Amino acid sequence: MSKPRTLIIDYDAGNLRSVQRACAEVGLEAAISADPDAVRRAGRVIFPGVGAAGSAMRSLTRNGMDQALKEVIADGIPVLGICLGLQISFDRSEEDDQETLGLLPGTVRRFRFDHPELKIPHMGWNEVRVVKPHPVLAGIEAGDEFYFVHGYYPDPEDEALIYARTEYETEFASAVGRDNYFATQFHPEKSGRVGLRLLAAFAGWDGRC
Amino acid sequence: MLSKRLIACLDVRDGKLAKSVKFVDTRDIGDPVEKAREYYLDGLDELVFYDITASSDARNIMLDVVEAVAEQVFIPLSVGGGIRSVADATDLRLAGAEKINVNSAAVKRPELISECAEAVGAQNIVLSMDIRAVPESAQCPSGYEIVINGGRTPMGLDALAWAQKGEALGAGELVVNSIDADGTRAGYELRLTRMIAESVRIPVIASGGAGLPEHLEAVLTEGKADAALVASMVHYGDYTCSGLKTYLHEQGVKMRMSW
Repeated sequence: MSKPRTLIIDYDAGNLRSVQRACAEVGLEAAISADPDAVRRAGRVIFPGVGAAGSAMRSLTRNGMDQALKEVIADGIPVLGICLGLQISFDRSEEDDQETLGLLPGTVRRFRFDHPELKIPHMGWNEVRVVKPHPVLAGIEAGDEFYFVHGYYPDPEDEALIYARTEYETEFASAVGRDNYFATQFHPEKSGRVGLRLLAAFAGWDGRC
Repeated sequence: MLSKRLIACLDVRDGKLAKSVKFVDTRDIGDPVEKAREYYLDGLDELVFYDITASSDARNIMLDVVEAVAEQVFIPLSVGGGIRSVADATDLRLAGAEKINVNSAAVKRPELISECAEAVGAQNIVLSMDIRAVPESAQCPSGYEIVINGGRTPMGLDALAWAQKGEALGAGELVVNSIDADGTRAGYELRLTRMIAESVRIPVIASGGAGLPEHLEAVLTEGKADAALVASMVHYGDYTCSGLKTYLHEQGVKMRMSW
């Protein structure tokens, strides 16, 4: 039996090849697709993205990709959100004052950057502190850092959704999940071997916690 | 807490690695893909490739280099040198560059910054500035001037004003490269770096002059830089990426220490 097909959702939100290359490095062959029906047939889905919430939502709803994503998550297949993918999974975003997918309860908020020495956005390597075990985070050790680039952060309504935290201006949820959906605010594909370990764990994850 | 970054710059000419000294004369020192992989495995936080190829027909060689590096190096990859248009930027992004460095062409036509920021995201546009000290004047009140064409052409443009304009136009990061310090190994231009870092809200990468680990420490603390760029220090084997990071960590500079 062939392995279930892994798809990276393409919705005009950034360059997806870096995600694809990092997946290949850990033996996860992933195709990039903008076709909602192909996503419905996938056995594993990655929902990445960089850019702004408003344009991302317009792209997703234009061809029904938002519905396909909701369906695959309801079907129980493993889904990994990355960066903007994580952010638009919540109910709404302060960016563009945008209503978003509502896959997870909560709001995405803007860093206030009140301190004059805090650079905008939060860009670079920062520690991801695991607060609750998860199969996708199994290879992450204390002190491990990941690469971030974002000006907004997720604020989940339910503490139970939070698997890891990171400190910048405030302590925010840097990895969240529920059931077969897991998402990171950081970029595992740009986070060296620590990031590759996370992708390898996702590749082997059956979607159960 | 956000870590400071160690960035290595690889000058590439016709697909081969070269290191400039005061921007004059370069010599080949190996295969860029191999070096990139070596530094990545040794804990480097970010890579910059600078294309110093003179002829435009060799541009495709650079795309091949970027593509080959992106396949085996999983940290942010930044590429610069000769970027004149949105098409140049998007070609490099497709080849695997995370960030695009603009320099001379942006000085001549500042809208290039906003056009590229619009096309590939502001956080991915790095404004690289070659700067020399000059007497303070009405034209250059900060005492620093922008130069282009590899340091050969002074522009009569104030460096601090240009940094702030670059930020306003949508640059996501700044490289402050002192051409006075470049290649000297006598230390970064701390005063210049700090002046610019304190005048913008985007990250500043210090460049030019690194020769000793203490220089990196100074520019990341006193110089207020968010990242320190090195080249010859690591290219010739005098120092390693992991060794520099360990030193900085031991001095109390927050660095990523597991890789």
